[in-house]
Amino acid sequence: MITFLLRRTGLAVVILVIVAILLFLMMHMIPGDPTVVALGPRSTPEMREAFRQMMGLDRPFIEQLGLFLARLAHGDLGQDVWSRRPVLTMILEVLPYTATLALASFLWAVTLGVLLGCIAVVHHGKWGDWLIGLVSIAFVAVPSFVVALYSLLVFAVWLNWLPAIGAGEPGDLAAQLRSLILPSFAVGLGWVGYVSRLIRAAMIEAMGEDYVRTLRAYGVAERRITYRYALKQALLAVLPVIAIGFGGLLTGSVFAEIVFTRPGLGKMTYDAVMSRNFPVVMGTVLVTSGLYVACMIIADAVTALLDPRVRSTL
Amino acid sequence: MATDVTSIPAPPIAGEPGIPRRMALTFVEVVSHPLGAIGVLLVALIVLTALLAPVIVPYNPTAISVKERLADPSLTHLLGTDQLGRDLLSRVIVGTRTAMTVALTSLAVALAIALPLGMIAGYGPRWLDALFILLFDSISSLPMIMLGLAVVVLLGPGVSTVILVIVLYSVPSYARLVRTQTLSLKTRDFIKAEQAMNAGTMRILFRHVLPNVVGPLLILACLDISTVITLEAGLSFLGLGVKPQIPSWGNILSDGFSVIRNSPVPVIAGGVPLILATIGFTFFGEALRDALDPKLNPERKP
Repeated sequence: MITFLLRRTGLAVVILVIVAILLFLMMHMIPGDPTVVALGPRSTPEMREAFRQMMGLDRPFIEQLGLFLARLAHGDLGQDVWSRRPVLTMILEVLPYTATLALASFLWAVTLGVLLGCIAVVHHGKWGDWLIGLVSIAFVAVPSFVVALYSLLVFAVWLNWLPAIGAGEPGDLAAQLRSLILPSFAVGLGWVGYVSRLIRAAMIEAMGEDYVRTLRAYGVAERRITYRYALKQALLAVLPVIAIGFGGLLTGSVFAEIVFTRPGLGKMTYDAVMSRNFPVVMGTVLVTSGLYVACMIIADAVTALLDPRVRSTL
Repeated sequence: MATDVTSIPAPPIAGEPGIPRRMALTFVEVVSHPLGAIGVLLVALIVLTALLAPVIVPYNPTAISVKERLADPSLTHLLGTDQLGRDLLSRVIVGTRTAMTVALTSLAVALAIALPLGMIAGYGPRWLDALFILLFDSISSLPMIMLGLAVVVLLGPGVSTVILVIVLYSVPSYARLVRTQTLSLKTRDFIKAEQAMNAGTMRILFRHVLPNVVGPLLILACLDISTVITLEAGLSFLGLGVKPQIPSWGNILSDGFSVIRNSPVPVIAGGVPLILATIGFTFFGEALRDALDPKLNPERKP
């Protein structure tokens, strides 16, 4: 088990290094003066020269790459071009907001998704199942930023029930929760459909197993079989997929954060793109990739923990 | 004359339907599914709108008329106007064309790159395969929208940047599918027979592997169209995609978002076609997959 995890973590580190190198190459493939691209056309020659030295752009290519990776290894993601603050500090400041949003979306979406999946299984083959299937695919298909825009329009602009902007004042828990409702609705809606389809398929598979037949033969109530046995097996089967998807939720919050002007990783990246603050964009892309890969390792670990056969395959 | 033997086309097996008939059968199967029927209807509506856009558009979609700013829907402007007085129906119609052009172009480029890459990974030496897989894994571990933002900050917004982002995002998953298919084909008897007859690698890949890989790949691409449309609209919504003067659903939504407190009309006009398109293509893709290759459905047991 431990060697399995170590091997997976090793692979993840290799992947992250490749991602870093790809980002570095991208930075170097841009036509024109990289300092102009990074600082924007409004930058002065002095700013460009300072940036050139700060990033080590006057040195040979390989040395630059080595320097870049060495800095990353020390957790140094560079500095904000305008405020000169360390990018890592800025990311750690906004990360809790994004994590809260992702977690809230995750919790409500998985709960409702599992519920819908169960209802579909109970009504398997009837119109209830069909309707839930239709709604689930539709939820998956609709773009989350349109859901964000429309929920903003209905609940914040028309009905004025919920705040349209921000994440609530620090310390004011009620306001923070109210500000969380609409964004987490937008981020989670697609997930409801996704989870309900996964759960439905996994439960139907479980209901076909021999032990369920035996349970039926022993006269165990159908309700008990569905919720006690099949659901348990389905949840275990779906868990790793959901763990991988949690990484996706972190980036799914980009649009919700922008539409609801909520602080977070996505909003920060977007603002950095708009102000051409290149080190910040690099930093957030690397950190989100890292979180994504971490979720993948957790998913693998969960799978390996539940299914010993997987451990030998990787 | 071994190579000549292999190039003789196999005689048609009695009772096996020809290609046009098989296509018709597939279509009937897709439409007989309620999901597929809705999907086909929506896809047809969108494709027709995109094709006929220059003919059916009622006004010039970029003509500004300050007097008619943010007009509500009426008989002169069926969907109303935006904050510059541009006719929203015309913008939606031309936006459909933009969405389809970007989606189809980028998918075609992605497929053209992914096919050879995947076949090389699947058929070539093990070390090359391992290298490609590592590269695909790395790109896949970059969150899509973040990757998009990083590319946009480097190259600046525009249609070609959007296409590049979509290609970068889709090539790994397509190439991976091609690789898996190639790997399983490699051990099949008819490929082994070709190898035994000294057929060249190129010949095996293009005459035997390629035709067997294209089908599943097209289904995957079809299922992907709604994701691709969403990505383009999303980037345009952020002001990082298609240039603001070109009508696109994302741009309509972006303009509408800035005036959402004055008029809900632009946001609704831009969002509804986008929702219809993503739902239509998803339903169509799912029904097509069920009709052609149930094995591809991850929810079913193989």
